[in-house]
Order: sequence, then structure tokens, then C-alpha cells
Amino acid sequence: MNKFDTNKSRNDSYFPLAVPVKGAGGLTGSWRTHRPVLDHDKCVGCDICWLYCPDGVIARGTQKIDYDYCKGCGVCEKECPTNAIRMETEE
Amino acid sequence: MAGIKEWSDYELSLPGNAACGGCPSTMALRTVGKALGENAVMIMTPSCAVASIGLLPKSAYDIPTLNICFAGAGVSASAVVNAFEIAHEKGRFEGEVPTVFNWTGDGGTYDIGLQSLSAAAERNDNILHFCYNNEAYSNTGIQRSGATMQFAQTTTTPGGKPNPKKNLAQIMLEHRVPYVATASIADLQDLYRKVEKAKAIQGFKYIEIHAPCFTAWKFAAADTVEIARLAVKSGAWLLWEANEDVITFQGATKQIAEGKKEPEALEEYLSAQGRFNKLLKSPDREENLAQLKADLARELALIKHRAAFKG
Repeated sequence: MNKFDTNKSRNDSYFPLAVPVKGAGGLTGSWRTHRPVLDHDKCVGCDICWLYCPDGVIARGTQKIDYDYCKGCGVCEKECPTNAIRMETEE
Repeated sequence: MAGIKEWSDYELSLPGNAACGGCPSTMALRTVGKALGENAVMIMTPSCAVASIGLLPKSAYDIPTLNICFAGAGVSASAVVNAFEIAHEKGRFEGEVPTVFNWTGDGGTYDIGLQSLSAAAERNDNILHFCYNNEAYSNTGIQRSGATMQFAQTTTTPGGKPNPKKNLAQIMLEHRVPYVATASIADLQDLYRKVEKAKAIQGFKYIEIHAPCFTAWKFAAADTVEIARLAVKSGAWLLWEANEDVITFQGATKQIAEGKKEPEALEEYLSAQGRFNKLLKSPDREENLAQLKADLARELALIKHRAAFKG
């Protein structure tokens, strides 16, 4: 039935127009030229990166980065108070 | 004030949207979504925020979003909230009436959207209007807007904008609405608190968010928050809120307004961006900088006088 095959639909209701879903702009991780890498030893779990990430790809608490969608803007590296995130050139 | 650890996990702007990496609009929208919750309806005029939705049948925003014509943010939100309130009164749906809010750029607020916004404010309709102010029409190729700073280069003012910007937050304040605030992506906790406060107020609410756009202002995407911070520290952007005509200042603006701190050098803020290159290299540099500083000092003096004024 569901031609709008999505991994998220609210109350299973049918949306005639558009359905909120991750990746509406595609796999935006492919835009990246630099990849943020977290150093767990330096991370104090303050969640500042989660707060400032424009795309919400950093998980709260675990600071796990979703590389499928991370656009590599580098805001997290700049904002991290303990310099635990480093931007590395993408292979 | 709730610390960020107590904020909701709700994401209004989903990962993989079509905004640029480092976009201040989606950054601010995430915080706004956490403060407003899921029970909300968003209205957008043409802007980058609309372009960020992505392609049908997918949407990057988790709540019902209406894309309406450029000039109609105020009137559309008024209509939606009135319909909700009437339907609720007639018992057509259970629960709370959703928060209806506009998410517009400076074009949809300062220039093209101004008349319907002004009318909605004058009627004191129960809406929350956000302006994410990136000081140009960034979506269509960085043309000048009423919010562009004087001497900033845009594609329509390649030699630098000759006129100073409008002071729209104070214009909205003079509509005698219950809540007007300015915020910045430099301080998302402050933004969260302002949105939470505005949500609880009945009537017209206006919140303007300073949102440095790295493609329009010509700086590195990673510096987005840092530039916003410099704007506040140098007095190029003022953080204040007016709740029932009681004006208070926040952050660095508070220290500057109380005279505890001098604003940091404006040159540092300007030279961090590419759009002031011609100003900084021009032979009239000192004269123009002095004028810019005088304008900013005037803006601060005006809002300080307004704060002291009891009508």
C-alpha cells in the first residue's frame, strides 16, 4: 500500500504530500571533504557538539557520529571545549 | 533555566536535510523544535529553510510545514491559528491547540513579508514569528536586504551597501505586542529559554535570530558560531527581550549595556568575513568604520533609552 516507503511515519497515517524522514536531501555524508573523529579519552560528555551540530548527526550521551549524514562542516571541532573532535581529510 | 542535559531529544530538523553543512537555520531550528515540542505547525515563506526540506515525497522537517507565498507569513499563520482555535472550541479535536509559528528569513520579515507581519502584530494574533536573520537573500544568490549591514558587499551591492539596516525588532516592539526578543545562534541556551517563554504567552510573539550565513558572508563553515559570538561581543548584534514592555539584556550585550565591559573591536568581526573586504581596503576606511560604530552605538543607546522609558 505504502508507495512512500519510509523508515518513519507518524501514527502510521498517510501523508498525501511529504513524509518526514531522514535523508530528505539524500545521503548527505557524501558531501563531506573532512570527517570529524572523536577522541573518547578527551571527551567529557558535555554534549556541546550535540547542541551545535546543525544537522543533529551527533548522538547525545554517546557522541556517536552518523557518518551517513554528517556534512563535515566542522562546527563540532570548533565548538568542542576540550578539543576532542578532530577533522581528518576524507580518503 | 533547564540545562541542555534536560532538553528534549526531539529533533525537528532531521539529519540528511538539503541545507548546506554548517547552516545556522537548521542549527537554530533544532533548538526551537526542542523548546516547542511536537505539537506545532510551521509556516515558511521562500527561503533556504524551504530549499532544505529536500525532495518529495520526503520532508526534512518532522512537523506539518506549509510553504506559502513570500508576502504572507503573518496572515497565513493568523489564519491557521484561528482555524485551530475555532475547531478546538467546537470540539473537533482533543488536546492542546498546536503552536503555530513562522520560520522566515530576513526577506520574509524585513522586506517582502513586512506588511502582513505588521498587520498580524497589530491584531495581536496568537502566533510566534521567527526571523532567522542572515542579512541577505542568501537563497536566491545573496542579494541585499533591509537587514544587510551598511558597507557589506552583496551581489546587488558589489561596492558595499550604502544604507544602514532597519531596526526591525524595535519596529515590532512599537506594535505593542506582548513579547519581542532578539537571539543568536551563538547562545542556543538563551534562544531555548526565549522560545519556551514565548510559547507560554498568548498573543503575538516575535523572535529574531542572528544567523551568520557562511556562503553569503564569506567565511569558513566551521566558524559559523564563532562569527555569531563575535557579532554579539562587538555590539554588532544586541541580545535583548521585551516581555510586556519590560526590556532586559542578555549575554555580552548585558555587560556592554551596563557599562561593565567595552564592546570588542568591530574590526575583528568585520575582518573575519569576506563581505567587508572593500570597506576594510578602501581609502575611506577610518571614516566608514567610525560611521558604522556610531550607528551601532546609536542602536544600543536607543534600546537602553527604550528600556528606561516607562510610558
